[in-house]
Amino acid sequence: MYGMVSGMSADTLIIEQVNKIFQAPTGNVMALKGIDLRVRKGEFITLIGPSGCGKSTLLKIVAGLDTSYEGNVLLNDKPVSGPSIEKGFIFQEPRLFPWLTVEKNIAGNLSLKQAAVRKKVDEFIELVRLQGFEKAYPRELSGGMAQRVAIARALLRNPDVLLLDEPFGALDAFTRSHMQEVLLDIWQNNRTTMLFVTHDLDEAVFLGERVVIMNPRPGHIRSILPIDLPFPRKRTGSSFQELRTKVLREFEKVEEPEFDTGAGI
Amino acid sequence: MLQEGISKGAVAIPAEPMRRQKRIDRRFLIKFTNALIGWMVPLVIVMVWQAAGALGWLNPILLPTPLAIWNELVHLTSTGELIQHLGISSWRALLGFLLGGSLGLAAGIWVGFSYKAERLVDPSLQMLRTLPHLAIAPLFILWFGFGETSKILLIAKGSFFPLYVNTFLGIRSVDNRLFDVARVLQFSRWDLILRLIVPASLPNIFLGIRLSIGVAWLGLVVAELMGSSSGIGYIINDARSFSWTTVVFVGIIVFALVGKLSDSLVKWLEGRLLRWQDSYKGGDKS
Repeated sequence: MYGMVSGMSADTLIIEQVNKIFQAPTGNVMALKGIDLRVRKGEFITLIGPSGCGKSTLLKIVAGLDTSYEGNVLLNDKPVSGPSIEKGFIFQEPRLFPWLTVEKNIAGNLSLKQAAVRKKVDEFIELVRLQGFEKAYPRELSGGMAQRVAIARALLRNPDVLLLDEPFGALDAFTRSHMQEVLLDIWQNNRTTMLFVTHDLDEAVFLGERVVIMNPRPGHIRSILPIDLPFPRKRTGSSFQELRTKVLREFEKVEEPEFDTGAGI
Repeated sequence: MLQEGISKGAVAIPAEPMRRQKRIDRRFLIKFTNALIGWMVPLVIVMVWQAAGALGWLNPILLPTPLAIWNELVHLTSTGELIQHLGISSWRALLGFLLGGSLGLAAGIWVGFSYKAERLVDPSLQMLRTLPHLAIAPLFILWFGFGETSKILLIAKGSFFPLYVNTFLGIRSVDNRLFDVARVLQFSRWDLILRLIVPASLPNIFLGIRLSIGVAWLGLVVAELMGSSSGIGYIINDARSFSWTTVVFVGIIVFALVGKLSDSLVKWLEGRLLRWQDSYKGGDKS
């Protein structure tokens, strides 16, 4: 399946030889170098790396929010040219519209007066377990609840891929692990392709079918580790801990050479 | 959610309605007290004033008692004179406000959306903004005569700026991160305006409307005092020349009441439309 020429392929998302250069007054900085990644339909990929490794930049490129880069990004064999609802995006903060209630935030520019929209919104409110809060305003929600609204808003548009940029980074540990379970639930029900950026090792191993480890200066993919554990995973299990250590070791390899080769450009 | 927890235990059910009743009573009491607090200061002033007048400490030509002013108000209302002049004044203020306010809103939206438009017209508008009514009024009278046109234009000139400045500010302070959300959700240009920019700048637009209405009344008084044969401003000016101080007071009170009334109307509307806002309401609000 890998090595296939772009055209017809089972890969929903193809990232080919992507380079990204930030132009700064002090000189150009290479943020991403030679990124190659193929994501299968329905796959859950977690992207992990130290801050400054360009993982969020990569996600913005895939989302179409950043269009100045070299290389190819293909979604269902079509090049990405700008943001669209096919690429759902969850920001680090929920970014809800404060003047809209939960249900209207999820509906966004769709009218709740249409029976089909109404039905779908109710469905997704149930999916993210927010029944009873349809008419609440964002200021009345906790951080976890607000992020669930944002997830429902993206999923309602039936995206081909859901891009998540450290979505649970601002939540407390308890809420975070709960949200991870909610997200896995959703994934198992909807089989939405997920590309999840995080700097949390446990999160990466708990969620991902494959963990992509990135290295900074210039940002590139160090290695891709498959996590062959069945869902639901147990964080305390010995095989989980083994894999966690394996990723951590890769992670440490990432940190070390950074100092001797990390000249940037 | 709280109620759910309470009603789970069977024993707690009969106690709940009573508790809710008590809570409503308390809330009503707080509301009532808050309203009363607002009236306390003016009430005390009026009482002291009336007492001082009744004791003969005040010259009735310069400062008539509240009771005399009240009697004058009742008299002027009963002859229909006051209502007629108030109607004329309100009509002028409304027309001027609508003309100036809508132009201000439109200009604010235009300049808010376009950086080029801001460069082009904002400096000139800011210069015009600082011109006082009294400096402009003679020119308007020269150009348009003593008729309605000059009055309405003077009011419109005043109402234009608060709405212009605040609409502009409102649009420019829309959270950039929400624009990213709008892009990801594929909002059309129309969606962007109607679903993001307008609601986000509504608090500022409302502030602009309230300030514009206030300025409209201000402009009205200037216009009617400068030369007019009708309106509340005319009543005040006319009474002044005959030293009918009670009538002057009635005119002032009517201006104050109508001004407060129109402001409250907009504030009420604001409260209904901006219920989503989460902002500081004062540290001692209970």
